[in-house]
Amino acid sequence: MAYSTKVLEHYNNPRNVGSFDKDDPMVGTGIVGAPECGDVMKLQIKVNPLTGLIEDAKFKTFGCGSAIASSSLATEWVKGKSLDAALGIRNTEIVEELALPPVKVHCSVLAEDAIKAAIKNLQDKQANAPQTVNS
Amino acid sequence: MFKLPVYMDNNSTTRTDPRVLEAMIPYFTEKFGNSASRNHAYGWETEEGVDLAREQVASIINASSKEIIFTSGATESNNLAIKGVAAMYKKKGNHIISAATEHKAVIDPCMRLERDGCKVTFLPVDKYGLISPQQVADAITDKTILVSIMAANNEIGTIHPIKEIGAICKAKGVLFHTDATQAVGKIPMDVEDMGIDLLSMTAHKMYGPKGIGALYVRRKDPRVRLDAMLDGGGHERGMRSGTLNVTGIVGMGMAAEICRKELHSESERLLKLRNRLHEGISTKLEDAYLNGHPTHRLPGNLNISFAFVEGEGLMMGIKDVAVSSGSACTSASLEPSYVLKALGLGDELAHSSIRFGLGRFNTEEEVDFVINDVVRAVNHLRDMSPLYEMHRQGIDLKTVQWAAH
Repeated sequence: MAYSTKVLEHYNNPRNVGSFDKDDPMVGTGIVGAPECGDVMKLQIKVNPLTGLIEDAKFKTFGCGSAIASSSLATEWVKGKSLDAALGIRNTEIVEELALPPVKVHCSVLAEDAIKAAIKNLQDKQANAPQTVNS
Repeated sequence: MFKLPVYMDNNSTTRTDPRVLEAMIPYFTEKFGNSASRNHAYGWETEEGVDLAREQVASIINASSKEIIFTSGATESNNLAIKGVAAMYKKKGNHIISAATEHKAVIDPCMRLERDGCKVTFLPVDKYGLISPQQVADAITDKTILVSIMAANNEIGTIHPIKEIGAICKAKGVLFHTDATQAVGKIPMDVEDMGIDLLSMTAHKMYGPKGIGALYVRRKDPRVRLDAMLDGGGHERGMRSGTLNVTGIVGMGMAAEICRKELHSESERLLKLRNRLHEGISTKLEDAYLNGHPTHRLPGNLNISFAFVEGEGLMMGIKDVAVSSGSACTSASLEPSYVLKALGLGDELAHSSIRFGLGRFNTEEEVDFVINDVVRAVNHLRDMSPLYEMHRQGIDLKTVQWAAH
């Protein structure tokens, strides 16, 4: 199967590969997928405590080129967004941007899930922490 | 220098040898007759070409030329053998024995027969992909009419103990079919010595053209009879009607002839190249696991799982190398290779597998290039693999609760 130029571009020059300290109170970590399904995405966001905006994001992905490209794109898109705005990112937008074929739609679903999981992780952390950002 | 991408997928198909093509060309141009035309010279000269090719094909498996039925390829040969025996011998029994790691062209005809009232036993394999002769002996019942076990596996290259299985079938009076698509021309195959009653083969895996194959059908001790699938002009002893694909047949004959003459030197050369590839990769990369049997395997086949890296993603990273993966990330089912799963390999390692198929036209320089390219790509992908990160942190991936999607 031939890959779109955008998938190839992200695969060859993935944005924001790496990891943050998952114990940092301003970092939210989402890990979705499973090795036996052939895809695991770890997406992390780092929120600026003053603005509440996502100031940085990182990912690591085990998966095919489309999975790598979807997560790379997701880290680009969440940067600079509020948590609410990041939650609004839909997998269909990723499909469109990367021109993913139908068999690769699940990669975009996984990327959307990874964003949601990272945000939920951050919110859970903040809810449980004695001192939160906005208190 | 060599042409990129390096072709290392010779278990899928092979390049037609220029000597084969040369033999075929006259049969497209001046020798275009129908080999069944008995009344003029055009027919006679093509019939001569077909006769020679039939000898050449028979000779590579130590058969008689009268026992060769030309088909469109191994898929048709397998279908004809399995369905043909099931239909012809249905009064004798309805039980067929095969293996879990067979090609779909054997498994699916068996499954269709199962829907039509046959019983099929798919024998499990060991961790190397091997069937033991004892398993076959234990599975045979008084209803068994056919055992169908491949000679060598297309994904992992494992070579089954065909001679021992053949002897058991003979002793029990059960017909023995082997799908030898990957084996013929690569390792010695001898229908007499191995007790084979039906054998499927195809030209394009042995440097011949696509669209032509053959089924060996034993003529004596026992005389095997088949119910034909194609009715028509009664070609090929009535077992496969249809005007003969003369150009393909001539090409298959020449391909078999070359393989027969060069088999020993060629398999030695391929084994050396494969060992170089295997050693080159495994000395430079940790957690690269061999799939299949370490020694009972096709000389040109190397199947490796690169832990923490997904196969399709890896193939994208080695775009200058043409190989296959056991990952099925492209399929809607998300199921990895059933052959690798049959070995008891975890799904994650099945997703991480790459099949290298070395062939006649590969060189040492190409092997060295592939080693470097694979090592570079695996390291690059491990750097961005969350599984590798966890592994490095000492987390046992088997204990992690994954949120499967």
